[in-house]
Amino acid sequence: MPANLAALAYLIAGVCFIMALRGLSSPVSARRGNVFGIAGMIIAVLTTLADPGVVGYELIAVALLVGGAIGTFVALRIQMTAMPQLVAAFHSLVGMAAVLVATAALYNPAAYGIGSAGDIRLASLIEMSLGVAIGAVTFSGSVVAFAKLQGIVGGSPVVFPGQHWLNLALGLAILAAAAAFCAEQSTGAFWVMTALAFVVGVLVIVPIGGADMPVVISMLNSYSGWAAAGIGFTLENTALIITGALVGSSGAILSYIMCRAMNRSFISVILGGFGGEGAGPAAGAADKSAKPGSAEDAAFILKNAGSVIIVPGYGMAVAQAQHAVREMADALARNGVRVRYAIHPVAGRMPGHMNVLLAEANVPYDEVFELDDINSDFRTTDVAYVIGANDITNPAAKSDPQSPIYGMPILDVELAGTVLFVKRSLAPGYAGIDNALFYRGNTMMLFGDAKKVTEAIVKAL
Amino acid sequence: MELVDPFVFRLTVFVLAIFVGYYVVWSVTPALHTPLMSVTNAISSVIIVGALLAAGPADPSLSKWLGFAAIVLAAINIAGGFVVTQRMLAMFKTKPKR
Repeated sequence: MPANLAALAYLIAGVCFIMALRGLSSPVSARRGNVFGIAGMIIAVLTTLADPGVVGYELIAVALLVGGAIGTFVALRIQMTAMPQLVAAFHSLVGMAAVLVATAALYNPAAYGIGSAGDIRLASLIEMSLGVAIGAVTFSGSVVAFAKLQGIVGGSPVVFPGQHWLNLALGLAILAAAAAFCAEQSTGAFWVMTALAFVVGVLVIVPIGGADMPVVISMLNSYSGWAAAGIGFTLENTALIITGALVGSSGAILSYIMCRAMNRSFISVILGGFGGEGAGPAAGAADKSAKPGSAEDAAFILKNAGSVIIVPGYGMAVAQAQHAVREMADALARNGVRVRYAIHPVAGRMPGHMNVLLAEANVPYDEVFELDDINSDFRTTDVAYVIGANDITNPAAKSDPQSPIYGMPILDVELAGTVLFVKRSLAPGYAGIDNALFYRGNTMMLFGDAKKVTEAIVKAL
Repeated sequence: MELVDPFVFRLTVFVLAIFVGYYVVWSVTPALHTPLMSVTNAISSVIIVGALLAAGPADPSLSKWLGFAAIVLAAINIAGGFVVTQRMLAMFKTKPKR
C-alpha cells in the first residue's frame, strides 16, 4: 500500500476513535460509538498488515488469535464488581506493550524506518525514551493497583520516611539514563532507564490508599495514553498519536473530576498516605448512642414513605447487593413509592463504578442521578437509604473545618426525613473519621451485611 | 520555501487531538465513566501497529519475538476492552421490562 494511502487510513482510524468517545455522551449513542471504535481498530490493523515490511503472517496470526481469545474470554467471564481490577490489568498490558515495542524499535530500527541499529535519529531516541519510561511506570503501577483492588496486597497506604525524596532521586536518575541513552544509543542506558521506571511505578502507587483508587485508575489511564503517543511519534503513526492524545487527556480529566469530588489536590493524592491508621481519632463516639433498627422497622418506614433515595457506595459492590437493592426498589414501586438513586462521583473504586453495577441489576438509568442533579431533593425526600457508603454522606465535610474531609462535596442525606444507614458496624469509614450522621435523631442504623439486610427488608415488604 | 520538518506536522496533530479529547471527554456523561475507561483502554491498544511492524520481517530476530509478545498483549486488550465495553453498554436501559 502506498505510504500516503496508509497515512490516510490511519487518519480515518483516528477519527473513528474520536467518534467512539463522542458516542459516550449518552447511553443511547454509546453502543454505536463502540462500533466506531472497533471499525477504527480493524482499519488500523489491516493497514499495518498491508505494509510492505510485514511479511511474516503466520506468527502474527497466532499472536492475534491467542491474544484475542484470552481477551474475549476474560471480558465475557468477568464480574461487574471486578471491573476496577480488570481495567487496572488492561492498563498494565498497554504499558508493557509500549515497553516491548520501544525495545523492538531499539534492536531493529530499520523495521520502523528510523535509522539502523546504533544509528537512530536523535528525535526518535527521545520519543522512544518517553514511550518506554511512561510505559514502564504504567505497567508496574497498574500491577500494584490491580493487586490492591484484587485484595492480593492490603489496600492501606504504604509510607516510609524519605519516600518522596527517593522518588525524586529515581526520577532524576531516569532522566540521566535517558540523556545517556540519547547521546550514546547504548542499550545499557536503555535498560537502566527502563528498570528504574518499573521501580518508580511501584513506589508511586504503594502510598495511595484504597478509596483514592478512582484517582489512581484514571491517572494510569492517562499514562497509558501518553505512552502510546510517545510510541506514536517514534513510529510516525497518526492513528497512534491521535489515540494517545485522546486517552491521555481523557484520563487526566477523569483524575481531575475525581479529585474535585474529594476536594483534594491532585498532588496531595499522589503524595499519598491519606486514610492511614493515624489519620484521625474516632474519639468521642463512646458517649453518643446510635439507634439500631431491624429489617421489619426499616420495611415499615420505607413502605409508608412517599419518596426514597438510595445512596450506594463501595460496600454495595463488596456485598454484591445491587440485585437485592433493585428488588427492594421494585417492591417499593409497587407500593407507590417513588424511588431514585444518588451517585457520588467517588463512590466505589473507579469512576462510574456504581452506575455500572446498578445497570447490571437492571435499574433504568433515568432513575439514577448524579450529585449535582439530586442533592437539592433530599430536603423533600422521606427516606434516604444509605448502603455501603460512609464518608460521602458525612456532614462534617460541611460543618467541621478540622475534619480531614472538610470541603468535600457530600450527598445531603441528613436532610431527608429518615436516614436508614446499612453498615456492618459503627467503625469509621476510609478517611478514619467518625460520622456524626450515625448519632442523629432521624438516623436508624441497620447493622449487618448490605445484601442480607436488604434481602430481609424485601422479605418484610 | 523552506520545508517544514514532518515532526512539526505530527506535533500539530498531537496538540489538536489533545484539544479534541478535552472537549469530547467533558461531554461524556458521568454515568458512562467506567465504559469510557474500558474503551480508551481498548483504543490505546492501537499500539499494536508498532507490534505488527516489529513482528513483520520474515527472518527471526529478537525484535520479532518482542513484537510477537506485544501483539498478544495488545490483542488481549483490544478484544477484552471492546467486549467488556459492549457488555456494560448493553446493560444501560431506560424502562424496566415488566
